[in-house]
Amino acid sequence: MATPNAPLVMKGGPAAGRLLAKVDAMSGTQVEACYQCGKCSGGCPLAFAMDYQPRQIMRLVQLGLEDEALASSTIWVCATCFTCTARCPRDIDIAGVMDALRVLATRRGLRPGDRNIGAFHRAFLDSVRRFGRGYELGLMLLYKLRTLRLTEDMGLGLKMLAKGKLALLPETAKGRAEVEAIFREAAEGAREAAEGARKAAEDSPETAEGAAAGPGRSKGAAGGDVR
Amino acid sequence: MTDETLRFAYYPGCSLNSTAKEYDLSTRAVARAIGVELVEVPDWNCCGASSAHTVDPFLAFALPARVLVQAEEMGLDVLAPCAACYGRLVAARAEAARHPDYARRLEKATGRRFRGTARILNVLELLGDERVAAAVAGAVTRPLEGLKVAPYYGCLLVRPPKLTRFDDPERPVTMDRVLQAIGATPVDHPFQTECCGASLGISRTDLVVELAGRIVGAAKLAGAEAVAVTCPLCQTNLDSRQEAAAARLGEGLGLPVYYITQLVGLALGVPPARLGLRRHLVDGLGLLRQKKLA
Amino acid sequence: MKRVGVFLCWCGSNIAATVDVGKVAERVRLLPGVVHVEENKYTCSEPGQASIIKAIKEHGLERVVVAACSPRLHEPTFRRTLETAGLNPYFLEMANVREHCSWVHPDREKATDKAFDLVRMAVARVLKNEPLARGSITIEKRALVLGGGIAGIQAALDIADAGHEVILVEREPTIGGRMAQLDKTFPTLDCSSCILTPKMVDAAKHPKITLYTYSELEKVEGYIGNFHVTVRKRARSVDETLCTGCGLCQTKCPTKVPSEFDVGTGLRKAIYTPFPQAVPNKPVIDRENCTYYKTGKCRVCERVCEAKAIRFDQEDVLVEERVGAIVVATGFDLFDCSVYGEYGYGLYPDVIDALQFERLINASGPTEGKIKRPSDHEIPRSVAFVLCVGSRDEQKGVSYCSRACCMYSVKHATQYMDKVKDGRAYVFYMDIRTPGKAYEEFYKRSSVEYGVQFIRGRPSKIYQKGDKLIVKAEDTLLGRPVEAEVEMVVLAPAMVPKRDAARTAQTLGVSYDGFGFLNEAHPKLRPVETNTAGIYLAGVCQGPKDIPDTVAQASAAGAKVAALFSRDEMATEPMIARVDEALCSGCLWCKPVCPYKAIEARTVTEKVHGRTVSREVASVNAGLCQGCGACTVACRDGAMNLQGFTNEQVITAVDELLAGLRPACS
Repeated sequence: MATPNAPLVMKGGPAAGRLLAKVDAMSGTQVEACYQCGKCSGGCPLAFAMDYQPRQIMRLVQLGLEDEALASSTIWVCATCFTCTARCPRDIDIAGVMDALRVLATRRGLRPGDRNIGAFHRAFLDSVRRFGRGYELGLMLLYKLRTLRLTEDMGLGLKMLAKGKLALLPETAKGRAEVEAIFREAAEGAREAAEGARKAAEDSPETAEGAAAGPGRSKGAAGGDVR
Repeated sequence: MTDETLRFAYYPGCSLNSTAKEYDLSTRAVARAIGVELVEVPDWNCCGASSAHTVDPFLAFALPARVLVQAEEMGLDVLAPCAACYGRLVAARAEAARHPDYARRLEKATGRRFRGTARILNVLELLGDERVAAAVAGAVTRPLEGLKVAPYYGCLLVRPPKLTRFDDPERPVTMDRVLQAIGATPVDHPFQTECCGASLGISRTDLVVELAGRIVGAAKLAGAEAVAVTCPLCQTNLDSRQEAAAARLGEGLGLPVYYITQLVGLALGVPPARLGLRRHLVDGLGLLRQKKLA
Repeated sequence: MKRVGVFLCWCGSNIAATVDVGKVAERVRLLPGVVHVEENKYTCSEPGQASIIKAIKEHGLERVVVAACSPRLHEPTFRRTLETAGLNPYFLEMANVREHCSWVHPDREKATDKAFDLVRMAVARVLKNEPLARGSITIEKRALVLGGGIAGIQAALDIADAGHEVILVEREPTIGGRMAQLDKTFPTLDCSSCILTPKMVDAAKHPKITLYTYSELEKVEGYIGNFHVTVRKRARSVDETLCTGCGLCQTKCPTKVPSEFDVGTGLRKAIYTPFPQAVPNKPVIDRENCTYYKTGKCRVCERVCEAKAIRFDQEDVLVEERVGAIVVATGFDLFDCSVYGEYGYGLYPDVIDALQFERLINASGPTEGKIKRPSDHEIPRSVAFVLCVGSRDEQKGVSYCSRACCMYSVKHATQYMDKVKDGRAYVFYMDIRTPGKAYEEFYKRSSVEYGVQFIRGRPSKIYQKGDKLIVKAEDTLLGRPVEAEVEMVVLAPAMVPKRDAARTAQTLGVSYDGFGFLNEAHPKLRPVETNTAGIYLAGVCQGPKDIPDTVAQASAAGAKVAALFSRDEMATEPMIARVDEALCSGCLWCKPVCPYKAIEARTVTEKVHGRTVSREVASVNAGLCQGCGACTVACRDGAMNLQGFTNEQVITAVDELLAGLRPACS
């Protein structure tokens, strides 16, 4: 990895604006309008736990620093509470931008910048895909198993079982097959989008202005892992 | 209540079937008491909650859209008590307008056609409705006098404001009015729309302990004895992480976290047993008994 | 056929980069009537105009077409050129090949074709031009100045000093405006009262200035040089001629209400002057709050008034005046900070706005200049100043920058640090904008000499925690969330147009922008004129600005009025509507569509088959008509024509265009 303060080389060219264009289109907002006032970060209830402040994520997108943006913990720590969106003086849907970046990271098969949160979403959607409805006990077990934290929250889980807050068996939607079909259709679309992005990257190989410090891609997990 | 019965397609969502059973019980009980008819969406599925939108936009649209389609088939507007479900349903309708191909893809996958005709209401929108508010006010048999409650709206009822178009995103008032109508005293505090951390409650417990402490701490500092919520995620986080939060803050908290419908139900004379008041981790009954309200 | 000369302008590269001007010239040469074509890099320049004059003389040109920019920019220029060469100035047509063509089209070939079409149409039109002559109108050398703040006072003094009568109308009971509420002014920190109140007195005592306070503009009719205005003098309930301004009534009045002048930080009586240095120093009775008007009892003021000046039965009076020019200086309101629920204004007593802070630090304010916070009247040990509340916010406020808030907030922080030596002042800003003489130096002094702390970040939330206010923001220079614990917060609200700015604009017949600020005729070259001749702008009614800029603009407006009044008569444009009475059926559909109220019915008497008959026809007031052409469109008989823009000319141009579109079959 490059030294932390090595200059970012601004090369311009067609690749430089690609991330911005992509994120704008996906989130239906204009990140280029951001004037870096920091009102988003100032009001973000989780800013204290992020590696980049939300404002800095906007900056990374403006400059096309895709690898940094997609590897940040910020986009996963964001709880999508929309406080930033509701207060942005430039009317940017910042929470929507976070969604777009998470989707892009997922499509590129990157390891989430916060592993626990990423694993939770996977486990949650697995459960929905399987049963059509959320199955919280199964989800919690699966998630804690995957993150090797089986004993954490054991006490709380037992208390919740005792209060009848966790069902022992999953409930299923009758239309499970339809839900399954929705997941398949989503995966299909995601694969196409990832393919399109890969092609575009090949056409103009300079990924972004700051191609220097990029995170490694996780092995396996091809693009479009919508599960 | 009035000349015309209000009927809604009722979408409980996954949480009201399990961790938030008391929200389901109390919502149905209140509806019965004031003559609002709730017809459960027959084959509802999970809305994707706080996860689907983080991995795929179509998935985030299609899961709630499948619920909305069923409501449209019933010819009814949807009541979604869970704030997270409400947020996703509202977002799905907006996304359909932005991506015309989404409805096509949903139809391809499920054979169901999405039209976007059903209106989506949250519980406070229902309780704040003029007719409903009048019915509630007229049916109060056990006013919750002397109960100081901090309203906690959370995020998704009021944000993003352009989509929900419900109340003021910074200083909402609907729950305050409901609390006043049932005789309780709403307690103003600065974190009424501050986020509780949502699904991070499981994946990043450490963060949610911090947020829960901030919110419940502010409520307590303002003089509240309890917190009222409209979201299962909020309830779970503020209820189940309160002990840890208190430990971290080094001060006692111990504020029961009620669903607003539990409090309304209580005021309307629904027996406490039928409101799931025993299901709280921070004892929900003790305070009410002490105030001679249960 | 008349001999036409066509002058094609490159406008540097503005036109030439997109339009192949040479190719247009080649094609224009072949048009019927065209005897001379030439290109110029800058036709509007001295050599460019000289070449037009030369060509007119050498080639005996009778009509001229200039293909260049918008006629709004240079039509007057080229009309003068024609006049110099001895041609009627209305034998000119301009083809707008810049704004309508080269600036908006990327494709060179198509743009060239379009440019040719535009020139072709202009040539067809110019052949139909008739000679027109300017008329003249007399000028009433009295001015109306609307608004008695610093802008209105300055404009009034300048016009009066030039020797002309001025009527100065102010809505409030006193002149002085916003500046009277301020304590000190940046960047010199001279006391606002010390530089303003003498001017207020000058205005009141000036033999050429008539002051109408507590008065509002009711109606405006007429046109430049000849406006008829009606002013409503609201009932003061006090006879100004008798009142000595002793102030006893105010002392004895039992009713206290929040003072507008002190922005709610202090109280006033029901009979009051807004502040002790008011001009005129004569009180008014606030009838909404006066006990007598509410209950029929009290009359304390009447009993104590030795001059017997109280008049409970006084009524509004309508005054009519004739003026030749109007200066609008109606000022501004402040953005309502309670729109930001996250800042707690209106909820937490110690979150105040900047004007309230001005009252707190003002020696003649409710705390006599001691900075005491509203909740407990303690001196706050730390204060946060928050910039851009409403400004530069497309979601909750207005998109523009209010221009003065950076500087006055720096001033406030400086004043606070000066008065509370061990205090702490935080200024939350996004950009500190100091583009004025000695402004940047003032900003530097605030931190270097006074120790003001600047934090670059827009606060996201302000809330009360115990007896402290917490300001949550990101220090964007550190990239970390910060929470400032302070004892008072001062919000800098955006300057917004007066609540009723749109109504004022409509009464005056001037245009305004989407916010409600009145529009200047040109943002650079005609900054104090409006598009309605004879009406000028001064101060913030046109857009946010600070005191130096306001005064400069007011003097500019005054100079414009003085220039207008330097002549006894002025020329009028002949391009106005004219009725062909023979064709007019007297339906008067034209009357309601006229935005300038220039059309009236007129009875004509004529002989038909030997009998004398009378009938109504439309008649255009040449002074009022601005040549907009609305009536010509409404006229069913084709009787209404705009001179220099006749129906025939328009049809000819359209025919020319259509002929060019179907060359194969025509």
